[in-house]
Amino acid sequence: MKVSVVVFPGSNCDSDCFNVMKDVMKCDTQFVWHKDHDLKKPDLVILPGGFSYGDYLRCGAIARFSPVMREVVQFANNGGTVIGICNGFQILLEAGLLPGAMLANRSLKFICKHVWLRTENTKSKFTNRLKPAQVLNIPIAHGEGNYTADPDTIKRLRDENRIVFRYSSESGEIADKFNPNGAVENIAGILNEKGNVLGMMPHPERASEDILGSHDGRGIWESLLESAGK
Amino acid sequence: MSVTMTEEKTRKEPAVIPELLKAHGITPEEYDRIKKILGREPNFTEVGIFSVMWSEHCSYKNSKALLKTFPKEGKAVMVKAGEENAGCVDIGDNYAVVFKMESHNHPSAIEPFQGAATGLGGILRDIFTMGARPIFNLDIGIPTVGGEIYFDSSYEGNPLVNVMSVGLLKHEELAKGAAKGLGNPVYYVGADTGRDGLGGAAFASKELTEESHEDRPAVQVGDPFKEKLLLEACLEVIKSGAVVGIQDMGAAGLTCSTCETASRAGTGIKIDLNKLPQRETGMIPYEMMLSESQERMLIIAQKGKEKIVEDIFEKWDLHAVKLGEVTDGHLMRVYQGDKLIAEIPAKALADEGPIYIREEKEPAYLKETRAFNINSIPDLSSLQGRKGARFTNLAPNTTVTCNDVLLQLLDVPSIASKAWIYEQYDHMVRTDTVFLPGRHDAAVVRIKGTKRALAAASDCNGLYCYLDPYEGAKIAVAESARNVVCAGGEPLGITDCLNFGNPMKPEVYWTFHQAISGISDACRALGVPVTGGNVSFYNESPAGAIYPTPTIGVVGILEDVSMATPSNFQKEGDVIYLLGETFNELGGSQYLLEIHAKRAGITPRLDLKKEVALQKALLKANKERVMSSAHDLSDGGLAVAAAEACLGEPGKFIGAEISSLGVIREKDVRIDAALFGECQSRVLVSLSKENAPKFEKILAEFSVPFTQVGTVGGNRLQIADKINVAVMDIEKAYRNAIPRRMEKVIA
Amino acid sequence: MKTFNAKVNVTLKKSVLDPQGQTVLEALHSLGYKGTENLRVGKYFEVTLNAQDENSAKTQLKEMCEKLLVNTVIEQYEVHLS
Repeated sequence: MKVSVVVFPGSNCDSDCFNVMKDVMKCDTQFVWHKDHDLKKPDLVILPGGFSYGDYLRCGAIARFSPVMREVVQFANNGGTVIGICNGFQILLEAGLLPGAMLANRSLKFICKHVWLRTENTKSKFTNRLKPAQVLNIPIAHGEGNYTADPDTIKRLRDENRIVFRYSSESGEIADKFNPNGAVENIAGILNEKGNVLGMMPHPERASEDILGSHDGRGIWESLLESAGK
Repeated sequence: MSVTMTEEKTRKEPAVIPELLKAHGITPEEYDRIKKILGREPNFTEVGIFSVMWSEHCSYKNSKALLKTFPKEGKAVMVKAGEENAGCVDIGDNYAVVFKMESHNHPSAIEPFQGAATGLGGILRDIFTMGARPIFNLDIGIPTVGGEIYFDSSYEGNPLVNVMSVGLLKHEELAKGAAKGLGNPVYYVGADTGRDGLGGAAFASKELTEESHEDRPAVQVGDPFKEKLLLEACLEVIKSGAVVGIQDMGAAGLTCSTCETASRAGTGIKIDLNKLPQRETGMIPYEMMLSESQERMLIIAQKGKEKIVEDIFEKWDLHAVKLGEVTDGHLMRVYQGDKLIAEIPAKALADEGPIYIREEKEPAYLKETRAFNINSIPDLSSLQGRKGARFTNLAPNTTVTCNDVLLQLLDVPSIASKAWIYEQYDHMVRTDTVFLPGRHDAAVVRIKGTKRALAAASDCNGLYCYLDPYEGAKIAVAESARNVVCAGGEPLGITDCLNFGNPMKPEVYWTFHQAISGISDACRALGVPVTGGNVSFYNESPAGAIYPTPTIGVVGILEDVSMATPSNFQKEGDVIYLLGETFNELGGSQYLLEIHAKRAGITPRLDLKKEVALQKALLKANKERVMSSAHDLSDGGLAVAAAEACLGEPGKFIGAEISSLGVIREKDVRIDAALFGECQSRVLVSLSKENAPKFEKILAEFSVPFTQVGTVGGNRLQIADKINVAVMDIEKAYRNAIPRRMEKVIA
Repeated sequence: MKTFNAKVNVTLKKSVLDPQGQTVLEALHSLGYKGTENLRVGKYFEVTLNAQDENSAKTQLKEMCEKLLVNTVIEQYEVHLS
């Protein structure tokens, strides 16, 4: 699988994603600079976390207009596989590749800690190696991860099985007290209509090696390898 | 531009009169010296330049004489303290680390958020200016992996913010801050210059008074995004080989960076202020030279490689403006077009500032605190729950038990879990953080591409230093090193941040001197050099001086990351050892402060020979991978250490049954001293039964006193018939202490 | 070309929960301003732009808002031109 990790000037999880894909998952991995127009023909594009252009206006608002994002939108519209993690998710929302928007965490604080996620859809190309309702231990690190959308959109996401991860307890119980940021329906990750674009707030790249305390994030990379067939 | 010119004409520079010199903190003797150096009277801009370069913050004039006594040599030391922006130590595999601690106390007292943020920005620039990528820290893509938070009313109105950053680099990437090579271009890179932070360095050397809140402009506003761009661009340009020297514009911005780089290289330097990127109009040379705008660096490039430098900065959307060049001779010359604005020998500014040895006097309060008699403390059995006092949750007339004391101590913010704080920082970015913050004795960060890892810890007990600055400083060094050793690291070097009051007060200078001696003695005994640091004086508010607070940071190396040892109990059935000896020591303890409201007594004594033996034994035990966990005993003594060792991740815990109080070295040791006393050089270790003989052999080899005190298991913590608490209650007290208080403040 | 000064106010739509506004409101209540009924936190932009005429300026500002300044999924805006 050939992977392109997009680098915005304020990306800070770019090298983490790069290391996991290259050294842990042994994929052919490369960086793509935000001013570039060539995605380098990947099977997977990763929009990593960080604060793309400082994010002083809104997270991801300016990144959306970068040259590379034009390519990413086209790539996604042609069915290419894209995962946006944390700030990458925010950029996908701003770019209109995924529905909804992010508000400040309800605590109004930046939160960095390990959380539990229940897998809600195991049919997607991002989750086919996970078991139904499998609970993953993956960290979050964000100040604006409070996902929101109008009720119709939420209903559609639910009906079309596009909510992929929800914040839960260790045993998989979904309740408000396990919701770290106030996201609607404990939503941690969603798919686009065609199922080729995933946005998620938690960082699977930080949970892909035992030495870092969890390897649960690997399930996502393994699913992608499986669906890429290489 | 036309606007700039007219405004400039209307702004007349003040005459150099005694009032002006006084306002700049220049003494008549210093002024005579300036005139001698220049062979004439200085102009207004030059007065400004001298005042910042000869301020305490830049010149260390009141501390230099004593700082010289620190041990700076070590076999792994590549750059010694004082030679560059930060010290540099070899860690093997062609890697080296650069680390430094710095204060940003005064700006943080005035405007806590920006003050602390720019403090962080400054220390980061000190690290990446050496070519190292910061690997521990905050918000701009560098994890904040550890920290020490100490609460005490002595810091009210003058909080201390000490920031430590550790950077990693390959040997060939080490960059120096010297302006070498005649004709080499001098570049200004990064953000534009504004009037912010004007005189910040002079400001940092002034006691905080009620009026300081009017001084707001002296606090700079940081832009973390620009800082990140600057970091990436600087690391890239250093790797490109086009850079001869590089220096951060921190305190005294342009002034400091130009004269220091020239002074280090023994060259001259000239710059043209007309080329300076400016954010505000109408700035005069004085303001340009003294501005402390953030996110700026000075780069001395190799002649002929200008294009490489300019291209890299353009890639990161940052300015790279040629401001001047390296010149023959030894003068720093500042021009505005053709007009010479200032001309001063660079060395006179950077290295030949005045050095003072101040008058010393032992503070009077010590007589009283030392006279405190431990026997005047009532037995626990005589304490009762009562309204308005401690133990408010106890019913009146109920006798206080050791269990109550333990839970009360775990609720003390200085002891309790700091998760509320570190969960607000990204401590995992870069995917190297092996030991998350707050859970273990030291932070452990792996080095990708090698088997190695770094361990780092920081410490200072301000109350100890108040009661005995020598012993307190010694303990701060020993404890941070012990923390690193417990986590599996071998200490490589220390950095210090010495926070004190006004050094002109003989009592303050005495405590400063004592603390320096304590640090020196501990470092020599432990064989760990001081590789850099920072002094912050004038930490006073109307209520008086803060506790003397020499904060110590230690960085250590683990040859193999798998050697990292956690501080919490790991396995049911493991045996528990208490290493070290217990005396009748309660002076300066959290127990005395929190339970009996006394800031008094003689602090625990630290025997450096015993400390060295203990650390050597732990290092060996760790190399042979004998231990399951190791946790040092500090605030709150044995009971608190054992309670902490029971806690893992939130909601995950294990109990312990401890039947012995360890090696007791004095007759009639009080039970509160045995449980809550803070005797030094003690560590609680757990290991599997099979490893016990091997472990005991190592301890015997280094003559470390020890007792096998108990076993890991169950869901209660029991200590010698005195303490018996459900670990769940321990966790609740420990984790809720800070959130409970902070939420109250916010609501 | 004429120079126009515009003030743009951006607030969260009424239907969107405003966690910042909620917190500030609670703080005001605890300071004793019990009569404070509702509070929304927003953003404010001051824009100076050159345009042919007022209409063109308005069109440009509308575009700016919908492209960049405002996330119309959750935010609404008002433009005041002078």
